[in-house]
Amino acid sequence: MGKPGLLIDYEWCTGCHSCEMACKAEHGFGEGQCGIKLHKNGPWQIKEDKWEYAFIPIPTSLCDMCADRVAEGRVPTCVHHCQALVMEFGDVEELAKKMDKKQKVLFIPCD
Amino acid sequence: MREGFIREEFSKDLYKPDQWQWQEGDLTVTRSCQWSGPGCHQGCSVLFYTKNNELVKIEGDPNSPVNEGRLCMRCLNMVEMVNHPDRIHTPLRRVGERGNNQWEEISWDEAYDEIVAKTKEITEKYGAKSISTGMGTGRNASWQTPALAFAGFKTPNDNAGMLSGDSCYTPRMMAMNALFGSTCIADMGQCLEKRFDDPRYSIPDMMLIWGNNPIVSNADGFFGHWVIDVMRRGTKIIVVDPRLTWLASKAEVWVQIRPGTDGAVALAMLHVMIEEGLYDAEFVDKWTYGFDALKERVADWTPERAAEIAWCEADVITKAARTFGAAGVNGTTTLQWGLKLDQQKYGVPAAHAIACMQIITGNIDVPGGFICINFGYTQSDIREAIAKDMMSEIKDGRLGDDYGALRRVGYAPHSSTDATLVAMETGEPYPIKMLYLCSTNPITNMGAESKRIYEAMKSIEFCVVCDLFITPTAAAFADIFLPVAMGCERSGVRGWYTPLRAINKVTDAGGKGDEVLMLELGKRLNPDYFPWDTVEEFDNYCMENLSSVPLKMTFEELRDKVIAYPDFEYRKYEKGLLRADGKPGFQTATGRIELYCTMYDMAGVDPLPYFDEPTESPMRTPELMEEYPFVLSTGARSWEFFHSEQRQSKAMREFHPDPIVELNTEDAAALGIKEGDWVNIENPHGKIRQKARVVPTIKKGVVHCEHGWWFPELAGEEPTLFGNWESNANCLTTMCDFGPSGYGAPYNTQICRVYK
Repeated sequence: MGKPGLLIDYEWCTGCHSCEMACKAEHGFGEGQCGIKLHKNGPWQIKEDKWEYAFIPIPTSLCDMCADRVAEGRVPTCVHHCQALVMEFGDVEELAKKMDKKQKVLFIPCD
Repeated sequence: MREGFIREEFSKDLYKPDQWQWQEGDLTVTRSCQWSGPGCHQGCSVLFYTKNNELVKIEGDPNSPVNEGRLCMRCLNMVEMVNHPDRIHTPLRRVGERGNNQWEEISWDEAYDEIVAKTKEITEKYGAKSISTGMGTGRNASWQTPALAFAGFKTPNDNAGMLSGDSCYTPRMMAMNALFGSTCIADMGQCLEKRFDDPRYSIPDMMLIWGNNPIVSNADGFFGHWVIDVMRRGTKIIVVDPRLTWLASKAEVWVQIRPGTDGAVALAMLHVMIEEGLYDAEFVDKWTYGFDALKERVADWTPERAAEIAWCEADVITKAARTFGAAGVNGTTTLQWGLKLDQQKYGVPAAHAIACMQIITGNIDVPGGFICINFGYTQSDIREAIAKDMMSEIKDGRLGDDYGALRRVGYAPHSSTDATLVAMETGEPYPIKMLYLCSTNPITNMGAESKRIYEAMKSIEFCVVCDLFITPTAAAFADIFLPVAMGCERSGVRGWYTPLRAINKVTDAGGKGDEVLMLELGKRLNPDYFPWDTVEEFDNYCMENLSSVPLKMTFEELRDKVIAYPDFEYRKYEKGLLRADGKPGFQTATGRIELYCTMYDMAGVDPLPYFDEPTESPMRTPELMEEYPFVLSTGARSWEFFHSEQRQSKAMREFHPDPIVELNTEDAAALGIKEGDWVNIENPHGKIRQKARVVPTIKKGVVHCEHGWWFPELAGEEPTLFGNWESNANCLTTMCDFGPSGYGAPYNTQICRVYK
């Protein structure tokens, strides 16, 4: 695998915090520290019947994309446990090919 | 099946699909299911990684079709909870006065001996009926205590933790049993081992999500994110909720209603669907009973009438009805309904009305529809197997069998909590003198009108509390405290619908699983009814007596498989698979789905769906609204907490430090309340403080308080009781105001004022 990345389909991120909790448990991060942080847009009303209400988890500089897990043959714990199944881990070039629809974002958290 | 993953497959070496336990370096990996406290109804499949009798890691089991490796934050934080320093590992006896939170450690034998001696003394003095047991919500903790009550203590008085009107699922179950003669659930492919890959399955086109936020609550054996799975495959949703949930923001139609007006809105939606012919006339004609009576009942329920009651736009009700009806005529609809229907006095008729909407679309027991599920009631199977003939011997005089019309005709799985409260308060019809409470914390959660229950419980002579931690209830009342085992420390069988799952014990921290508590105490109280010597023997007995699960296997076989799916069939009513006589149709008196319920008629309940106002509400008691201008809803779920659990978790309190009251932006501005202010919420029943969250997305005139709050970091002794009276939403709710059927209570429909 070449350079690894994280693809997030944030159209369906429900803001469940599983990525954050999985990360804290895996790495033993204490209070205020985490390798991924959930951000929220809204809710605010755009027009009648339409609301902006979205979540997006953003890897922090503490993210090593679970190098130890990946070396063992696992996927990063946030990807493994994401309840909405919106996170994908893999080769950035391959993931880039999946950037084919709205509300997707591709992260390269670390080299 | 699972979306995503360039690395497609999980490693079969690291995540073994065909073994239940293996070694990975110095770690033992065990596949199991997390279905006991701390944790929820769902029983997600997990991998426990243990070393030297210690849980060091937990992961979701990717080989389970149930959750496919995913976990919520509560399971992911299990290592903190299992190893928490506040846990109790040995039985305790109270030292000194009740409520001073002082304890001495005693042996299990001493604890059991004392409980047996007290049981004998109280039975001789007051009769066995003066013993009442309480259990927590539906997990691997909600049948052992009733079994022990009937067969061990020989009392018919078991109840669900003082939950008024049995207002959790029971009201909807009562409605479903009356209508269908069985239970129905939204089909997310969960009954099929291959889920979405099974060719028999297809997704619903439209899902009606009413009175719940399933992605957070995961209630009633339903994994909430299944909704996301079907939405990503194309399912559209309609949401009925006083608050804009994230799901509501994605809905085709969001109907924002005043809490407790669900029945009125459903009647109006039925009005539109029937008037505009948006239903399956052939199905209605062939498989239902009472359509004309229903049509007549909803004739004057115009959207305008319901809109005025529900504080919403008539056009929105019409749009929701047309969207749902059209989807039903042209495709498949399903219904995912929830707790908020149970938590209102007229919850049973509201559920009746909503079920009628789904029924007349004809999408019953079809792929992606509202499917009849007649198996997996392992909890009642085992409870009844153990108690055998005992219940008929002891049932006479059970508390509350006259509390409501359905109870009077025998639809009463448990004694009434409301009648139990009255018996504690008045000694009528007889006094309650002993409580055996297992995994329930009734002065904080489940029990409404917390202070009233607290005062009533002072009349108890002897109280046993079995729990994970010293709770406010334990601190205030326990004479003996028995520590309960957590998920990795107990074995058992997880059943609720499907699939059947093994719970495997891998560590021991001193506490005992509910099965073990029942066995060991039962053996001492009434050995004839508890003949099993080991848990293994008992687990196999359970497997042999799952009368509602069409699977024959030993516990060892289930453990080896980890998860087992019974065969599932669609369109059972066409094949004669629902009725006891094997004929096509439904298990009702008419053999049809009874829109007009003959059983209700017989019981003296209105046989058709109807709406009525809560006891205190802007419409019924306008004179009270000057003083208490807001409608108060309580108990929406949060990601971090399951009821009153997890408040001692550092990790969860980092995410969610304080109890939150949600207010509409305009209401908050008028009151001078800003985001983050601590505010008082007060009504005729009590007063609490919570921290304000000011949002534009809750209905104006409605406030919502979180439930289950206590503060393990505060003093445990009286009068503080871990801050039990500070922010506890049940200081604002009421007991003994249940529906005419006996079911449903107003946790969701109080009134209040809010001030800084």
